[in-house]
Amino acid sequence: MTDTSLTPPAGAAPRAKTSLLREDAHTSRRNAAEKRFRMYGLIAVMCGILALVMLLISIVNSGASAFRQSYVTLDVYLDEAKLDKKGERNLEDIKKVSTFGYSPLIKNAVLSAMEENGIVIEGLSDKEAGALISKEAPATLRYFVLDNPDAIGTTQTFTLLANGRVDGYFKDRVTMESAALDKNTSPEQLMLADAFLEAGVLENRFNWSFLTAPDASGQRPEAAGLGVAMLGSLYMMLIVLVCALPIGVAASIYLEEFAPKNWLTDLIEVNIANLAAVPSIVFGILGLAVFINFAGLPQSAPIVGGLVLTLMTLPTIIIATRASLKAVPPSIRDAALGVGASKTQSVFHHVLPLAAPGILTGTIIGLAQALGETAPLLLIGMVAFVREYPGSPPDGFFDPASALPVQIYNWTQRSDPAFVERASGAIIVLLVFLLCMNALAIFLRRRFERRW
Amino acid sequence: MPVLWTFLIVLALAGCAYLLGRARAISVADGDARKLHSLPAYYGWFGVLLTAVPSLLVMAAWLLITPILIDARVVATLDMTALPEDSTQALVMSDVRRVASGLDVAVEQGVLAEDALVASPELAEGMRALLGDLGVALGSDVSPEVLGAAIAYRDLASQSYALMTIVVLGLAVLGLVGAYLKIAPEFRARNVVELGIKALLILCSSIAILTTVGIVLSMLFETSRFFQDYPWQRFFFGTSWNPSFSGRGGGSDLGILPLLWGTLYISFLALLVAVPIGLYTAIYLSEYASPRMRAAAKPMIEILAGIPTIVYGLFALITVGPLLRDYIAEPTGLGSASSSVLTAGLVMGIMLIPFVSSLSDDIINAVPQAMRDGSLGLGATRSETIKQVVIPAALPGIVGAVLLAASRAIGETMIVVLGAGAAAAQWEDGRFLNPFEAMTTVTVKIVSQLTGDTDFASPETLVAFALGLTLFVITLALNVLALFIVRKYREQYE
Repeated sequence: MTDTSLTPPAGAAPRAKTSLLREDAHTSRRNAAEKRFRMYGLIAVMCGILALVMLLISIVNSGASAFRQSYVTLDVYLDEAKLDKKGERNLEDIKKVSTFGYSPLIKNAVLSAMEENGIVIEGLSDKEAGALISKEAPATLRYFVLDNPDAIGTTQTFTLLANGRVDGYFKDRVTMESAALDKNTSPEQLMLADAFLEAGVLENRFNWSFLTAPDASGQRPEAAGLGVAMLGSLYMMLIVLVCALPIGVAASIYLEEFAPKNWLTDLIEVNIANLAAVPSIVFGILGLAVFINFAGLPQSAPIVGGLVLTLMTLPTIIIATRASLKAVPPSIRDAALGVGASKTQSVFHHVLPLAAPGILTGTIIGLAQALGETAPLLLIGMVAFVREYPGSPPDGFFDPASALPVQIYNWTQRSDPAFVERASGAIIVLLVFLLCMNALAIFLRRRFERRW
Repeated sequence: MPVLWTFLIVLALAGCAYLLGRARAISVADGDARKLHSLPAYYGWFGVLLTAVPSLLVMAAWLLITPILIDARVVATLDMTALPEDSTQALVMSDVRRVASGLDVAVEQGVLAEDALVASPELAEGMRALLGDLGVALGSDVSPEVLGAAIAYRDLASQSYALMTIVVLGLAVLGLVGAYLKIAPEFRARNVVELGIKALLILCSSIAILTTVGIVLSMLFETSRFFQDYPWQRFFFGTSWNPSFSGRGGGSDLGILPLLWGTLYISFLALLVAVPIGLYTAIYLSEYASPRMRAAAKPMIEILAGIPTIVYGLFALITVGPLLRDYIAEPTGLGSASSSVLTAGLVMGIMLIPFVSSLSDDIINAVPQAMRDGSLGLGATRSETIKQVVIPAALPGIVGAVLLAASRAIGETMIVVLGAGAAAAQWEDGRFLNPFEAMTTVTVKIVSQLTGDTDFASPETLVAFALGLTLFVITLALNVLALFIVRKYREQYE
């Protein structure tokens, strides 16, 4: 009897002793690989989060200052000799005085404010002193005088915007060195601004007009605001809501509840899936070709933007609505059918109300997407410089307007660096809106969602 | 606004139809609703359907078709020989429409009497100043021919509106009366109304098809006009992009290849950033992360997906671009512009991270747990399980996700508009390979050719439609391929 297991074949090397308690080289290599792999994953997650944080910090850093603005409070003498030579307070005569006629008044007001506070700055010309105030100020004055012709000849107190460079000086965008090279300002002017700040004539405070004022031309970044853009965006969102919600819900109900399995249904499904992934700029081309060139709707109008965004938002709403219709259990439909309701009644009386929170959430998220969309709006002429507020709906839907994201794009294309601050500030406003909408969607989902 | 009023009157009639239909149903049933086939409200809705739907359909068709007919009739009366040499029919017609709308304003404000509108040279002479005062700015003086055409246009339009109002309101009233007479206890109102609702639902669903058809047709139409002026061989195989803005197409080079190269290069860099980060994020969050970590990190990554692209564009413009220029491009002497391929690619990559990660996350989670358990039970480590079991099983889905991300990168507009620069790729000296060189893309050129003053007769403008169509076809192909792969994969495990 031979026991082969006990006698190792002659010539074979004795096996190395291994223990489960001690890692051999191979195992430790494998464990190291495991650790490395895990580390890569963690690094990837950190990269994503870091990118988000950097993005937000960079935007807030350059944009937060847009919400503060330098204002100068001046007593302006509305000189009758300049504004109403005939002295008849005839509105037509007063209208003839353009904003150029008002500039000297402001200059004089600045000079007298200097005198009052005992400010003397060497090398500061009168013209530079007057230029401390924004070029927008004469227009402000003129509108005031046209509204109150009786104020001519009196001294009125105005709170006027400071020049964009002076404003930038207090936000560390402009320094004495850069001012020396800048033909739009001078170190002396900035010294005057410092002196005014000390005397309480100039103050930095919250800038409401950034949210309410219309856009301003390239030389007056200090006066530019988001009013028209926000109104335009609001109009477009209204149009999207009114068009996309009913159409989207109707389409989803048909596809989810009624549609037979045939080629037409398949065609619709493929189309919706595809439209969700078509580049947004293609929708802009569609809007330009169909709504503007073919149907003859006006350029830059919220109605065209709204319709284009409706077509873009439809797939989002349809996908969300179908998901929430699918989530309603079939027993609800069966019960309704069982007590004699028709198919339509079971859907509209029972399934739809139960799916409503999900539909609402999907709609809000779709609207949030539409609010931030820029590319298609560029093609339908929303980049135009619009200073007039659009009228009230429905006529206002056809008036030229801007939109928040397009306004941001517009400002990035201007040369004055102050507009970068404005653009970042506008992005903060846009992100706040998006945050509110998404928070509302999450709240609605938490509050009303039912798990079956 | 006659259209709005007609619409409102039709709606009011429909409201009446509801009340009348309902009352009629109850009265024919002697006040006992049980004798009726349907609930009384359905008879009301039947009235609404018959009143509003045919009339509104006719109105919509009328509004779509008559402008074309009116244009054709006005064009027929125009004597083209009497007009200046360089103007085209389309330009003259837009003048005519503009003058006509100006005349509307003038008549409305009482500046001009209706019967003073005759195509006299005197009136034509003062027309531009007159309309300018009313806020209707005209590009040139009005010739008597154009004025005559505009007056004819107004007459035809007002006749058309009057006729439309009569026809539409007549149809609505007819529908109301018809519905009223039709109502009887045994009439199956519910079935009719539900049929109507179903038709409406089908109509809404087919808007998706209509949109696609609209996209394709509008671009095909304009593209064919472009190819009449510009040979397609030069568009598809031209290696230089150099539009001239002075003449009409004569000196322009409109080759798509430099743009396509820029697009693909930037998309490639974006995917190089997004795919590893997105994929590792998805793997880590679905296989390693604790539930708390997952609950915190996943929403943060997804916030990136909700940020509008204009924000990424500004991020590229004010932060990433200057950073890359000051710390990498200028010290190494590779470039001096802040907008570059790398800027746009990097930022676009960040934008695509959540896209890749959430799609891959879904796919990795769909791999059955039994496969993981089997692999772990054989002694594989978790990373070996992932690399050799989970990823191969999920590979088709991941490829689909990457293709979808690629299609999004190719169609992305705002980041490249703000971050990639406006110069087309230069072939000499290998400059097209330098990632610190500014390079433009298809989408940037669509935007720049179609914004501002555009003349829809010149190839420089129309080329945008050809670019758009190319873009549409490429993204469509990628999407279809991706959907096909994803669907095929899903069938395996469900």
